[in-house]
Amino acid sequence: MEKNEKTSLAVQLQTPAKRMFWMEWRGRSITYISVWIVILVLLSLLWFITSKGLQPFLNGEVTLSQFFSSNWNPQDNKFGSLYIMLGSFMVTICATIISAPLGISAAVFMTEIAPKWGKKVLQPTTEILVGIPSVVYGFIGLTLLVPFIGKFVGGVGFGLLAGTLVLSIMILPTIISISVDAIESVPQKYREGSYALGATRWQTIWRIVLKTALPGLMTAVVLGMARAFGEALAVQMVIGNVPNAPFDFFTSISTLTSMITQNMGNTVPSETFNQILWSMGLVLLLITLVFILLIRFITRRRDA
Amino acid sequence: MSQTLTVDKFHVYYGEKHALDNISISFQPKTVTALIGPSGCGKSTLLRSLNRMNDFIPMFRTEGSVRLGEEEIYDSKIDVVNLRKRMGMVFQQPVPFPLSIYDNIAYGPRIHGTTQKKKLDQIVEKTLQQAHLWEEVKDRLHKSALGLSGGQQQRLVIARVLAVEPEILLLDEPASALDPISTEHIERLILSLKEEYTIVVVTHNMQQAKRISDQTAFFLHGEIVERNETQTLFHSPIDQRTNHYLSGQFG
Repeated sequence: MEKNEKTSLAVQLQTPAKRMFWMEWRGRSITYISVWIVILVLLSLLWFITSKGLQPFLNGEVTLSQFFSSNWNPQDNKFGSLYIMLGSFMVTICATIISAPLGISAAVFMTEIAPKWGKKVLQPTTEILVGIPSVVYGFIGLTLLVPFIGKFVGGVGFGLLAGTLVLSIMILPTIISISVDAIESVPQKYREGSYALGATRWQTIWRIVLKTALPGLMTAVVLGMARAFGEALAVQMVIGNVPNAPFDFFTSISTLTSMITQNMGNTVPSETFNQILWSMGLVLLLITLVFILLIRFITRRRDA
Repeated sequence: MSQTLTVDKFHVYYGEKHALDNISISFQPKTVTALIGPSGCGKSTLLRSLNRMNDFIPMFRTEGSVRLGEEEIYDSKIDVVNLRKRMGMVFQQPVPFPLSIYDNIAYGPRIHGTTQKKKLDQIVEKTLQQAHLWEEVKDRLHKSALGLSGGQQQRLVIARVLAVEPEILLLDEPASALDPISTEHIERLILSLKEEYTIVVVTHNMQQAKRISDQTAFFLHGEIVERNETQTLFHSPIDQRTNHYLSGQFG
């Protein structure tokens, strides 16, 4: 009888520990397996894009200096993509020049000037805008913007200006919502301290709030730029898709993304043209990497 | 330079809540007045009403008058920004701006229009010396103020307030978040600043009130129960409730 009780006690003590062990083990296994799947997928993607992207150069069909030249003529096996890359940069930079000040100002309004209205009305609105698919933005651009520019501003309507405007509207909500987060994370005490010294609201916003939020605001802008740089569909619909030099707002140009979306279906994998599209994809990947490193760098400086 | 601050039949409401009830008290130049009382008794509310920091609270409403010298501070025509400049406020938590030590001090003068480097240098050195901080930080003026210790940060904040040349100093439990040594620094600093300023200090620490103040007012439930010379109030309080509070029967 006594012995029996003892074992039951031992069992009682042991069982929860054992159960705990299995639960721990199971939980850990699930997370481990998940993370390995993710890493594997990412690595194979990277490997695939890199090997495909480097193929034309390794085969000797195109040299790097040819690829980075401005001589584009696929029929003649000339794949100088300089203007296409510059097109991507131009449209990104122009869109950011419009969106960054607009977005940050709007974020300041929503958090500092009219927080109630901003929280209730503007913030949900921007969140909805983030969720609108890019093809819709492109469609609106194509239907309204392109004819308008062609008729009243200049050129045929397609081109750098249309791309810039569509992109600037697309990245605006991204910039606004991340800027709002950055500004809201500035401690209220900084504002109080500033007001107590006799600062006006504008002085407080300009010298304390924005200054403190600067790393976050820069992150917002860089993320907006990354989105603009990687956007394909909407851009392709309004930019014109002719690889001209992208230094004129009213001529049709091309970007890396629009070139890929436009031609991936019209070429076959054995063609050099198709392989060059992969090289463009690789360039996109590398530049996105630069954006991500930039954000890392900015946020690390904030912590230091 | 320093002014008398007169509070006269002053009421504060937060919506329905009657936070301050018929407060009358005056703060004299070159005097430290301590406001004591249990949490929620209204002492901080009074302090923050004096430089109109409560304006940011929705539903905040006042009756009665607060006068700085001859000026009515709740007059709708008064320049609130300038008023806050004249009444330097130090909060419980030391909150330096995330800028350099130098820029923290120079912030006030800069927003009020001083841009000459030489003038700013002078202000920075003078106020840091006033705040007994100069010796500790003079070699790292352009380093971030966030690297200072809590006690140093609070002295920096006081120096920052002094840099805008206020007439009154409002200190809201300035040492309650600090260790004993830093507290001693702050107390000595307050005593030395008494020579030039009208000082109002809210404190939870009755020993501190005894050490640094000339006048003490005891608050309870939004009213001033008793107000007297500090020595008199602590040694022979007239009101029974003051006596109970001071002897630690509630707090």
